[in-house]
Order: sequence, then C-alpha cells, then structure tokens
Amino acid sequence: MSAAEAKHAGINLGDSDRETHEKAGSEIFGFWIFLMSDAVIFALLFATYGVMLRGTAGGPSAADEYRILPAFIETLILLTSSFTFGMASVAMKHGRGLRTVLAWMVITLALGLGFLAMELRDFSTMIADGALPSRNGNLSSFFALVPLHGLHVAAGCLWLAVMLVQVPCFGLDKRVKINLLRLGLFWHFLDIVWIAIFSVVYLQGLIR
Amino acid sequence: MNGAISPTILGRLEWLSLPFVRAWQNPTPDELIGAGAATIVVVGMAGTIALITALGKWRYLWRDWFTSVDHKKIGIMYVVLAFVMMSRAVVEGVLMRMQQATAINAPGIVEPDHFAQLFSTHGSIMIFFMAMPFLTGMINYVMPLQIGSRDVAFPLLNSISLWLTGGAAGLMMVSLVIGQFSTGGWSGYPPYTELEFSPDVGPDYWIWAVTLGSIGSTLSGLNFAVTIYKMRCAGMTMMRMPLFCWTTLCTSILMIFAMPPLTVATAMLALDRYLGFHFFTNDLGGNMMNYANLFWLFGHPEVYILILPAFGVYSEVVSTFSSKELYGYRSMVIATMSIAVMSFTVWLHHFFTMGQSASINAAFGIATMAIGVPTGVKIYDWIWTMFMGQVRFTVPMLYSLAFMMTFVLGGLTGIILAFPPLDYLVHNTLFLVAHFHNMLIPGLLYGMLAGYHYWFPKAFGFRLNEKWGQLAFGCWVVGFYLAFMPLYVLGAAGMARRTAEIFEPAFRPWLYVAGIGALILLAALVALFVQLWVSIREREANRVDAGDPWDGRGLEWSIAGPPPEYNFAVLPTVSGGDPFYTSKRNGDAYLPPERYENIEVPKNSVVGPLLGVFSAATGFALVWHMWWLAILGMLAIIITVIARSFIRDTHRIVSATEVERVDLAWRDKLFASRSISREMETTSANQGFAEVAA
Amino acid sequence: MAASRFLGLIAILALPALSGCAVLRLGAMDAAGPIAEAQRNLYFLLAIVLIFVAGPVLVLTPLIAWHYRISNKHSTFRPKWVFSWWLEGLIWIPPAGIVIGLSFLLWNYTQRLDPYRPIAASQPPLEIQAVALDWKWLFIYPEEHIAAMNELAIPVSRPVRISLTSGTVMQAMLIPRLAGQIYAMAGMRTELNLAASQPGVYRGGNVQFNGTGFAKQKFDVIALSPSDYEGWLAAVRAAANPLDPSAYAQLFEKTTPAQPILFSSAPEGLFQKILSRYQDPDMKVHR
Repeated sequence: MSAAEAKHAGINLGDSDRETHEKAGSEIFGFWIFLMSDAVIFALLFATYGVMLRGTAGGPSAADEYRILPAFIETLILLTSSFTFGMASVAMKHGRGLRTVLAWMVITLALGLGFLAMELRDFSTMIADGALPSRNGNLSSFFALVPLHGLHVAAGCLWLAVMLVQVPCFGLDKRVKINLLRLGLFWHFLDIVWIAIFSVVYLQGLIR
Repeated sequence: MNGAISPTILGRLEWLSLPFVRAWQNPTPDELIGAGAATIVVVGMAGTIALITALGKWRYLWRDWFTSVDHKKIGIMYVVLAFVMMSRAVVEGVLMRMQQATAINAPGIVEPDHFAQLFSTHGSIMIFFMAMPFLTGMINYVMPLQIGSRDVAFPLLNSISLWLTGGAAGLMMVSLVIGQFSTGGWSGYPPYTELEFSPDVGPDYWIWAVTLGSIGSTLSGLNFAVTIYKMRCAGMTMMRMPLFCWTTLCTSILMIFAMPPLTVATAMLALDRYLGFHFFTNDLGGNMMNYANLFWLFGHPEVYILILPAFGVYSEVVSTFSSKELYGYRSMVIATMSIAVMSFTVWLHHFFTMGQSASINAAFGIATMAIGVPTGVKIYDWIWTMFMGQVRFTVPMLYSLAFMMTFVLGGLTGIILAFPPLDYLVHNTLFLVAHFHNMLIPGLLYGMLAGYHYWFPKAFGFRLNEKWGQLAFGCWVVGFYLAFMPLYVLGAAGMARRTAEIFEPAFRPWLYVAGIGALILLAALVALFVQLWVSIREREANRVDAGDPWDGRGLEWSIAGPPPEYNFAVLPTVSGGDPFYTSKRNGDAYLPPERYENIEVPKNSVVGPLLGVFSAATGFALVWHMWWLAILGMLAIIITVIARSFIRDTHRIVSATEVERVDLAWRDKLFASRSISREMETTSANQGFAEVAA
Repeated sequence: MAASRFLGLIAILALPALSGCAVLRLGAMDAAGPIAEAQRNLYFLLAIVLIFVAGPVLVLTPLIAWHYRISNKHSTFRPKWVFSWWLEGLIWIPPAGIVIGLSFLLWNYTQRLDPYRPIAASQPPLEIQAVALDWKWLFIYPEEHIAAMNELAIPVSRPVRISLTSGTVMQAMLIPRLAGQIYAMAGMRTELNLAASQPGVYRGGNVQFNGTGFAKQKFDVIALSPSDYEGWLAAVRAAANPLDPSAYAQLFEKTTPAQPILFSSAPEGLFQKILSRYQDPDMKVHR
C-alpha cells in the first residue's frame, strides 16, 4: 500500500478519484477523531449501565422488561443496513452511476427507519409496563444508553435523507463523496455500538 | 409580584427573577450588590451596543470579525472573551475575599446564598470561560503560524467552537440579570444540585453553560489535532515543531478524550433534573459517586488541558529571551506526552475521602506523585535553557521566572495532597483552594499573559507598554502571594472552603492579608487594561510591523505583523528546528519567493454566529422551561447545519497579484527598518527587524 | 508621611506573624489524638523531603537567570548547547528516585491511617453513629441509647469508631485536631476511627458545602476523662428529652439549633432507619 493510499482508514477513492482522495485526508481523519470522542461517551454510558445494574430500588430492572427477540431482529436489520450502505459506498467508488448509489442509500434509509420504528415500539412496551426511566437507576442508565444510540441512528437517517437530496442535486462531487464517506463511517460505527449494546445489555440480561 | 408571569411563553420566569425587582422590594446591601452587578451587565451591553452604533462599526464587526473564519481573528476574539470574563471573575474573587475578611463573627456584606453563587460563578468562569478561551485563542492564533499553515483544518468548525463558547459565556452573563446562578460550586456535585435540594434555575444555568462550552472545546481539540497531524508545511516533521505545538497537540488529545466525560456528567444531571431520571439522586438507586468519577475523569485531565499550553508558551519565551535553543527538546516532548497520558490515571485523588479502600487511595496517590517527575523535568529544562544563554528580563520572561518559582511551591503542596492521610486533613479546606490557585495562576494565567505580551506585536504590529506591563506583573505576583499563602495556613487550621461566615477570631489577620492580596490582584487586572490603553495610544512609537521584535525562532516571526489573511505568501519549507532563527543566521531569511500563486481562502460564514445564538437561546429556554423556544432553537440549529451543507460556494481566491502586492509592501517596510540589537528590543528603536550577531 | 504609611504596612504584614501561632493550634499541627499526631508527623517528614525537591529550583532559577543576564558580559554564551546526558540523568533519575521512595512512605501511611482501620487499644472502641443533616450533626450512641445534636462527647484514650451517613446531600466531617475527614453520603455508610489523647474541646464541622447554613454547621467534640464521661452520660439520660417521632421529623428541617441538643433516649435502629430512608421505594421522600 502506498503512502497516498494509506492517507486515511476508510474506503479508498485513490484509484478512481485522486483529487477527492487527497482532500479526504484530513476530513476523514477529523471524522475518525469525532467518532473516537463519541465512543468515549458510549463507553462511559456502558460503564454507568454496568455499575447501576443493581440500582433497581425494589423495582423492575431493564433486563426484566425488554424482550430479546425484537432486539435480535433489530440487530439483523442494522447489520443488513451496514451491508447495504457498504454497497452504496462501493458503487460510489467504482462510479456505478447515481441510480445505483441512490438505490442502495434508499434501502439503507428504509432499514434505518425500520430499526427505529421497532426500537420505539420496544420502548413504548417497556414504558407501558411501568418500566420508566424515572422508576430507578437501572432503568435510567438503560434509557440513557440505548435511546442515545437510537438518537444517533435518527441523526444518521436525517443525514442520509439530506444526502439523498444532495446526490441528485450536485452529483457525486468532491464534497458529496467525502460526506458519503463520513456518513459511511458513522453508520458502521453505530453498528458496532449496537453490537456492544446487544451483547452487554441484551445478551447479558439472559445470563441470570 | 409572585408566581410565573406567563407559563406558556416565559416558562417559570417571575418578576422576582429579576434582581432589580428584588432590590426594589428588599433593598439590603446583598440585593443591591446583585442588582448592581446586573446593572453593570445591562449598562455594559447597552453601552457597547450604543458605542458600536455611534461609531457605525456594526458592518465592520460583522464582516471582519463575527463571521470571519480566519484562525487569527477567531483567536483574538477568544482572548477578548477571556479578558471580559476574567474581569467579572476577578471581581467576584475579590468580593469573596472581602466577605470573608468582614464576616468574622459578623454577617459580612453578602448573604450566604449570594456568596455561594459567587464561588460557583467564579470557578465556572475562570475554568470554562477565562482559561479555556484564553488558551484556545492563543493556540488558534499561534499554532497554524508555527507549523506553516494557512489556517486550521476546519475553519468553519473553528468559528462554530468560538460561538458555542461565546453563547455559553453569554448564558453566564444572563444569569446575573435574569434569575440566579447555581450555588453548587464549579464542580456542581449532586445530590446538592439535584431538583430535591436545588429546585431553582441555578444548576440549569450551570449545566447548559458548561455543556455548550465543553462541546465547543471538544470541537476545538479535534480541529487542532487534525491541523497538527495533517497541515504541517513541507519539512515540518513532528520533531521539528516548536514545543508550543506539542503542548497544543497534547492538550487537544486531552480535550478529545476528557471533555466527553463532562458532557456525559452534565447530561445525566440534566436528565435527572428534567426528566426525573435517577443517576445521582439519593433515592431509587441513584448514586452520586458515579458523578464524582465522571466529573473528575474530565476534571483532572482538564487541569493539564489548562497547564500544558502555558508550558508551551514558557518553552517559546524562555528560549527566545535567552537567545538559546530549547534545552532537551526530546526530553520535553517525552515529558509532555507522559503528563498527558498520566493525567488520565489520577482522577480519584479528588475524592480520597469518599471511603474507598486504602490500597486504591494509595495507588492513585502514587500515580499522582509520579506526574511530578515529568513536570519537574520540564522546569529543569527551562533552567538549562537559560544556562549559558543571554537572558533578557522582558515582561514575558518575568512571568516565566515567576511561574517557575511559584509553580514549584504549588507542586510541593500537590505532593502533600497526594498523600491520602494528609489529604484527609486538608481536603475541602482553604489549603486546597490555595493549592489549585497556586497551580493555575502561575501554570495558566502567567503563561497566557506571557504569551499575550509575547505574541501581541505579531497580532497587532506594535509592542505593549513595558512599564505598565512590569507593574501589572508585579501586582500579579505580589497579589498572588498575599492572597493565597495565608490560605494554606488557614486550611491547615481546618478552615473550610466556601464559608460565608467565620466564627474563629484567630483567622482574622490571615483573612485580612488575603483580602489585601485580592485587592492587589484587582489592581493587576486594572494595570493590564491601562497598559492596553496606553499601548494603543502610543502605538505609532512602538510599531514593529516588520514582524520580528524579539529575534524569534519559529515561522510565526518570519512574516509581517499582523500577518495577511492567508499567513504565508508562499508556504514555507523547513529543514530543521527553530527554522526562522536558523535561516536568519544562515542569511537566507526573507528571501523573496520565485513566484506568487493564487491562494484559496475560506469565505466568511454566518453559520458560527447563528449556531452560537441558537444554542444559547436553546440553553436559556431550557433553563426557564420555555419549551416552545427550546424546540424552535433546536430546529433552527438543525436547519442551519443542513442549509450550510447545500452551500457550495464556500471559498474565494486571493489573486497572485494581490498576494505579491501585499508581500512586496511588507518587504519594502522590512528593508526600510533598522535592525537592532537585543539590548534595544524594548525601546522605540525596535521596528521588528532583528540584528543577527555573527 | 511615607514612613508612617510604610510602618503601617509593616504592621499589617507582621500581624499574622504575631498571632500566627494561634491559628495553627486549631489544626492538626496541634494534634490532640494519635491519628492527627501521626498525620502531623507524616507532614513534617514529607516537608523535610520536599525541601530537597523544591530547593534546587528555587535556588537555581534566580541564580542562573541573573548570572546569564544579557548585560553580564562575563558569562559564557553558548547558544548551541542543548543537551547533556549527565544533566538529563540528573533531572530524571533523582526525582524518580524520590518519588519511588515517597511511594513506600505513602503506601505505608495510607494503610496505617486508613480511616476504616480500628485503633489498637486494650478497650473496645466506643461506637458512634453520625448523621449529616441540614445544617447540623446528629450523633447517636447506640450502646447507650442516647443521641446528641451538634455535640460529641467522647472519653479520652478510648478509641472511637464513627459510622457516618447522611440524611441529605453529601457532607464531610472534619475534626482537624483529632483526625482527617470522610464523606457522609445518603444510603451509604462510611467510617472514621479516631481517639483523643487529652481532655479538651475540639472544633469539628462539615467541610463540604451544602447550602446557606453551611458555615454554621459546626460542633464541639468534648473529650472527657472516663469518670466525667460517665457523668455526662448520666446527665444526658436524666434530661428527659427523648428523640421521639416529632423530634425525628424535625431532623430533616433545614435549620441549625442555637445550642446543642441532648436526647435522653434514641430509638433502636435509628441509624439504620436513616440509612435506608432513601432506599424504600414506597416512601416518597423526594419532592
């Protein structure tokens, strides 16, 4: 790998679009740093969830209330959406045409919205069962961690929607490409965070 | 007059939220002081607005400053913000010392609740709205010049950071006029700051001001780190960077990793207060110990975020004013990096007294002492830099020397506090207050002031008045010793910090001395403003626009003062450390470039000011439960960001001819200047052109 | 005129020095118990070591800066001299050595002076349960079934084991002449072991800010000889002022009593009750 190709970690546009690739160096690097900072926030929320597991104050814990099957389906949806976004990135890199890129992006957005809809239904079921975040510390920490991820997905969906307008508007120009690269990183990052949530929060709740 | 005025529109705002109304109804000295402070804010704002309008400067300010994304202008605006906020916080500090000096078996001049607001705002402002803007401004101005870059990596983001910080500072000022501030100290420990114990708006002001400020700082850290990693000029390897850039890098890394814990802590506290969560409440499974951990996981690295840039300034200043290369550069870099990494391993020493096991306390105590080693190394490196040099006692150098002597004393008391058994005795007492002022006044304020005097001629093209500078320096030093040394004694005698009333007559003489010290510190601040005034008036006599008043070493001195918008007519190429100093000695400084090229610079943007205003409005709305405004503010923020992403025309071109014209004009001035020896650098003979000894 | 002003300034500056000793007698420098005494000794030991840490910097900085001032034409000028392995060793190794040495000291003393560590003595420790309230302290004597507000009487020479909790926000109890502080937190129990070695009245208080009454939240520790202590107990019991439900309710009001209040009886399990006060989900104590 040449030095130019190693400019940043992410999809390399080096072969197909040298100029954007050069420009992407600091932009993508900056976004990695942002993700690192964001990861610290999630790490602290995970830690908080860990130490507040027993803070149920005689009430239900999050693990008593959530259901594993919808969470598992949500995991599959989100993983699939990462795959479809990956296809969008590949299509962009190899100049497969706007239509292909847009199609994959629409599918990703649909999956993202599907994930959010399912998650919201989970939360409303929990709340209907009386498992409110104001019930105890355990539920507080659950409702800080998991919905924050949901909020990120919502932000990702909004970003995708904006890009769905920008791609036809501006074509795949330099800034659109860099934005799609960053959005891709963001989307995959949310996937990783979700996998951690699924393992640490949901699966751990099964071992009791 | 009681009760909310209009709950749907103004939330929980009451007439009694206004200090004027309170003072009118109940004109006690305490309420009058509150109303007086509010009046100063209102009159100050109105006066500033009137003055700008009268001078017809709004367009100029908006076009040349507020919407600017030039790192130099942003840097200057940060420093202006720091000075404004420092003025308020110094006055508050003096007021606190006056209260304690007069409240010995007497009520003193302010009520306990007002006193608590004073120490909370004093601390919050000094950390988040004096220290952070000051160092961020300094970095903004200097670092891109030092690494030979045209700007930071993300100029617009830089403007957004500034305006978020500005908006947050605005919230702090508004809290003087509408409602009241938190009484929970700068660290805002729950459960005291929870709704159960502090149902008023104070902690909410604190939460949103600090949250906005910390987001701004995270983004600044990100920006600086990317700038240093990606924007260095040709030949500027990491190990050739001036030390200020290294300390900037370390500070940036700390900002990236240490600001999020603060954001998490304040966000959780907000969830507790707004949505009834139970993170830090006494009841229903909440646990305030989590807050202490989160806060200090930020708080301790924060100390080094504050101190490291000053260390960078000292490295530049000591080397320049000793006419000598920095001793042990590699050693300095290693020490700086070690400090940055180790700063994440000591947070628990802020709560040795929370009841954890002795072994845990001991481990963190040892880690704390260990940080003293690289810090000591840096001090010795500065001493060896002076060794066999030619030391000039200019104002920045005086600050550096005072720092070295004073900081060591603070380090000693730091080691005392690192011993858990001794910390048990003096934690939460004035000893602790004395200790952290002993670290931060030399370790931050002196450094920033040294940098202010050192780089001012670069930024404005004329030197600051030396006499007034020395007077201010003298006051800062004498005032510091008088104000804070007695606090060590009082702390060792068990006097609690944050005490509005004192019942031990034995404390009296020490509190008097501390009070005198505080007044001298106030005089120091006044002297700084007088110095600025005098310097502006006599600026023509002290012009150094050739750009190199101190026989400087880094690239920032190789260009005009003030530099053009794009910094370098042609991006420099360097082949070693202290590049400008070396090339002056080699005789290849100031070589005209072979040809000039068009330069692309980012256009001004309203996005920064808009986001600052919207986020401050959102914060204010959240404080007062004006939900409609909060929703509107958040929507405005999102729409602004999206709208900006549709603007494609973000850059403009400075033509090669324009660049050439500006550069040649500077060169004419440069070669018309008389070169001077170092003995004359503080006289009017200094035009910014250094005589190079053979 | 100028001279008299100067003398006035001298007088103001000399004032603390004259009465300076008085103030230190309020703190651990005038230790009145074995824990504070050990802390003070540690302080002096450390202070001696630290002189050697700070000394070189305090001496070298002005000396070198002055000697190498630009106007001194007799000093060497070697602008290219930037490194020496010897000096490098000198500034890294001895400080590191001192820190390693101090680490042993720190580890030992931290274990020895752990506030949870019982004080070795022939008698069993006196159990005290302290409750931090707004803005006062309640001291429960579980073995004697009495309680005292803002007054803590203890027998001299007998170890005292104080269990702490809070009925409100976090606070910190410090009695500087006897021992260091520890936090008191609602729903949690912390512990502080101390002892007084001579009779006397020692100032104690809360040092963690907790609201407008904070400055007034002080109490006296009265160290009594064993016989006087028995007399104190008898006097308290005779006072017929039980800590009944109405007195209990008053505990949680934000007030400071003008005088210490002595309760002739305190209900069994009072401390436990306050400790679990916030834990009970059915008890809506909040808001």
